[in-house]
Amino acid sequence: MTAVQKKENVSVKKRSRLWKGIRDNWQIYLMILPAIVILIWFRYVPIYGIQIAFRDFTLKGGITGSEWVGLKHFEALFATPQFLQVLRNTILINFYRLIFGWPLPIILAILINECRFLGFKRFSQTVSYLPHFLSWVIISAIFNSLLALDTGIVNMILKALGFQQIIFLSDPKLFRSILVITDIWKNVGWSSIVYLSAMTAIDTNLYEAAAIDGASKLRRIWHITLPGIKGTMVFILIQRVGYALSNDVEQVLMFYNTMVYETGDVLGTYLYRMGIGQMKYSFTTAAGLFTSVIGIILLLSANAVAHRLGERGLW
Amino acid sequence: MTASKVHKRIRHRIPKSRDEIVIEWIATIVLGIIIVVCLYPFLNVLAKSFSSEGPILAGEVFLIPKGFTTLAYEIVLGSPRFWNSFRSSVFITVVGTALNLLLTAFVAFALSRKNLPGQKLIAFLYIFTMLFGGGLIPTYLVVVNSGLYNTLWSLIIPGLVSPFNLILMRNYFATIPESLEESAKLDGAGHFTILFRIVLPLALPSIATIGLFCAVGTWNEYFNALIYINDRNIVPIQVYLREILLNAGSADLNNMDAMLLVAQEAVRGATVFAATVPILLIYPFLQKYYVQGMTTGAIKE
Repeated sequence: MTAVQKKENVSVKKRSRLWKGIRDNWQIYLMILPAIVILIWFRYVPIYGIQIAFRDFTLKGGITGSEWVGLKHFEALFATPQFLQVLRNTILINFYRLIFGWPLPIILAILINECRFLGFKRFSQTVSYLPHFLSWVIISAIFNSLLALDTGIVNMILKALGFQQIIFLSDPKLFRSILVITDIWKNVGWSSIVYLSAMTAIDTNLYEAAAIDGASKLRRIWHITLPGIKGTMVFILIQRVGYALSNDVEQVLMFYNTMVYETGDVLGTYLYRMGIGQMKYSFTTAAGLFTSVIGIILLLSANAVAHRLGERGLW
Repeated sequence: MTASKVHKRIRHRIPKSRDEIVIEWIATIVLGIIIVVCLYPFLNVLAKSFSSEGPILAGEVFLIPKGFTTLAYEIVLGSPRFWNSFRSSVFITVVGTALNLLLTAFVAFALSRKNLPGQKLIAFLYIFTMLFGGGLIPTYLVVVNSGLYNTLWSLIIPGLVSPFNLILMRNYFATIPESLEESAKLDGAGHFTILFRIVLPLALPSIATIGLFCAVGTWNEYFNALIYINDRNIVPIQVYLREILLNAGSADLNNMDAMLLVAQEAVRGATVFAATVPILLIYPFLQKYYVQGMTTGAIKE
């Protein structure tokens, strides 16, 4: 047999093996067919539709028939002061969320871990997870009531202490803090779970040995607990940085109003108003595309840093 | 002797040092504060929903209702629009969760097979969507052009099979011993039989976890309903709730005479609770499965 024939033979065998693989598994392909159709239609066709960012979209022309205008909408975007303001707000709000929202669940997990009254410990865990399951609509209702003038507890306390009452949700200076605080209220308990489960994996003998050696409680936390959850800490940090631009639209949408746009309007809400509200389809798609590109860069670099540090990345 | 018994003995022998006791107490006190901060806002709204107008406006209601009345609930539960939106939410939650679990199980099963041609491509197609998507408007246009606008299906179909849940379930399927399937295969079982008779029963904890996440997520869905549903008779509960909170919907609460006797805040509180009861009902189950779900999700291999 010549070399060529051999090669052909191998490729025929390969092909028939592939064919057999497909034939044996036809039921599986049948199973995933609906999911794949939905995936292609609702996730990949929109990606194809991103080209309207480079066109002047009209309902008549549709995605491929509208006039090609190149970078016109991107130029318009960067010439819009409001967009730059919104970008700045998004970055700032996420930065604050990161520096407060990342360490607090770790501290909470350590506290829960150190609490020795078992029933109380379990109860506080149960209670701290609860807000995670409430929708932003409900949370906004709760905080509106909490921060209300005269009848809300916060202003009642301010009044009792002799301070002026504050109209919290209309004050641009306070708006970002309110977003950060409500975000923490909703998620701190839930986010502590991963750390608690990482802590259960720490060898208890380490603590015994350190105690016998006379290490104080704080030292044991610092030298045993924290190193034990370091991998998880870095993983969550990377994840938060990576997804920093994907703001919680619903949260801002619930709390903001025209009085706090200057500090509170973020990409998600801006895109919603421009796109759905004013039907500037091409402009909004351009803004969205710009955001996702920045988002991907963030995600890829966060992941690269994780690998460089020798930690588990996102993939 | 079990490990925990040994543990107890040793602990017994070493007396607690002072800083140990201090830290335990600090932990307990801070946790106590956290309990109050998490629960008070919630209980306060509940108390107000059962209070009458005078005490609410005077700022006298904290944890216990004053001037107890169920009028606010009568108004909310007597509104046909409340029940319309409640029905919509129950529909999308039940149907959406069931379809999501079924399709996720199908794809997770495919991804957990050995030697399935095209498997890598399928996995890539899903994972890529975690990185990049079409964005708001292109997705909106596709959903609208598919004829889903103003139907509850727009809140179900486009979101089917999230890559996150898919990875979670696939990882769980991968822990099921292969020998179980091999013997079934020898008996001539097809893939459907293997999935429904062997894999799914063994994967119940992961099904429960993902199902609960899905159900809560759909029940709480707001944004998509806001953009895809325009028909006031079918909007889900969160959108209706938002209307009530903004006072725009109160004209629909047809019981105008009763409205005069009860505070707006009580009505809002009652709506909040009526919309949260389903979440509170499944909360014990969420509690039971969350750690499992979170930890299996964290294991990537």
